Amino acid sequence: MVTFQFVPFDSIAKLNSRKRVNKLLRIVKNNKIVILEGRLTPEEEAHLIERTMAEISHPRFSGIELGRIEYSQKYKGWDAVKHKLASMLVGERRGLTVIGPATIIDKIVNNPSQFQLFMK
Amino acid sequence: MSVRGKQVVTSFIKSLLHKISFGTLFAKKKSVKLGLYGPPNGGKSTLANRITNDWLGEDMSSVSNVEHETREIIIREQIIIKGKKGKELSFNLVDTPGISTRIDYEDFMKKGMKRTEAKKRAKEATKGVIESIKWLDDMDSVVVVLDSTKDPYSQVNITIIGNLQARKIPVLIVANKIDLKRSNMELIKAAFPQYEVFGISAKYGTNIEEFYEKLIEFST
Repeated sequence: MVTFQFVPFDSIAKLNSRKRVNKLLRIVKNNKIVILEGRLTPEEEAHLIERTMAEISHPRFSGIELGRIEYSQKYKGWDAVKHKLASMLVGERRGLTVIGPATIIDKIVNNPSQFQLFMK
Repeated sequence: MSVRGKQVVTSFIKSLLHKISFGTLFAKKKSVKLGLYGPPNGGKSTLANRITNDWLGEDMSSVSNVEHETREIIIREQIIIKGKKGKELSFNLVDTPGISTRIDYEDFMKKGMKRTEAKKRAKEATKGVIESIKWLDDMDSVVVVLDSTKDPYSQVNITIIGNLQARKIPVLIVANKIDLKRSNMELIKAAFPQYEVFGISAKYGTNIEEFYEKLIEFST
């Protein structure tokens, strides 16, 4: 049985990058697919990959599959400034990020026209 | 101030200090560090060998059809390439292990490796990915090498390019393997419209002279 765990952005907003990554990776290592509201920064994604590599231990954990659905609407004027400031301080809460164990997810196809999860 | 707020302020100060010191450091720098980054089997080491063969007359990395052949950072110092208009570029070339989010030794066994060898390769490959990411901070400019026969919209590609962008490191995207029928450079251009995409075949040397001209233009 595949289990999805929704992670609201508020539950990671006050965490630093290391704690965010650790929290998400802990869920994935419990064989659950994380559906995160919002997205990680590129640096956090790189840190997630580093942590993943450090924790690979076959056959229990062979890595992750990662994908994100972008939010296409753009802010303008003052709203854009407010949004930029907010995303710098707490992170980007728009869009969705999917992180799952590679033992469950075969691949994620993520192009502008579709987002597909292929299970093993 | 929140922990996140402190991180942003610290990052801003570091970035400011980096910018202040960059001009004086760069003026003294004899050669830039040029990194080859990308997912496994995109052709980074083949391109590295093409460059060192053309300008030094020797290989720098071993290549293979099995993923994660390069599992350690390999550096070749003081490569000088000369352009048609007399311009020169001196750089240290850094060939990096391919970045991926999953490594399973059984995948190597499917390519004919024995279990012990496959496990060793997987272990080394995980360390290689970590090394590649750590080295991002040391690069002056980066060539991202993508296999033009594969879907460019992978999160690994997006993460690599996003990190280079966040660190303000100049990026040139190379669409490799354009000699193959399945090659689709337009898809890479569509995926990364803000970057220049340059098509080559590192294996056969297609467009390689133009690539060197582009490299000189991009790094100087």
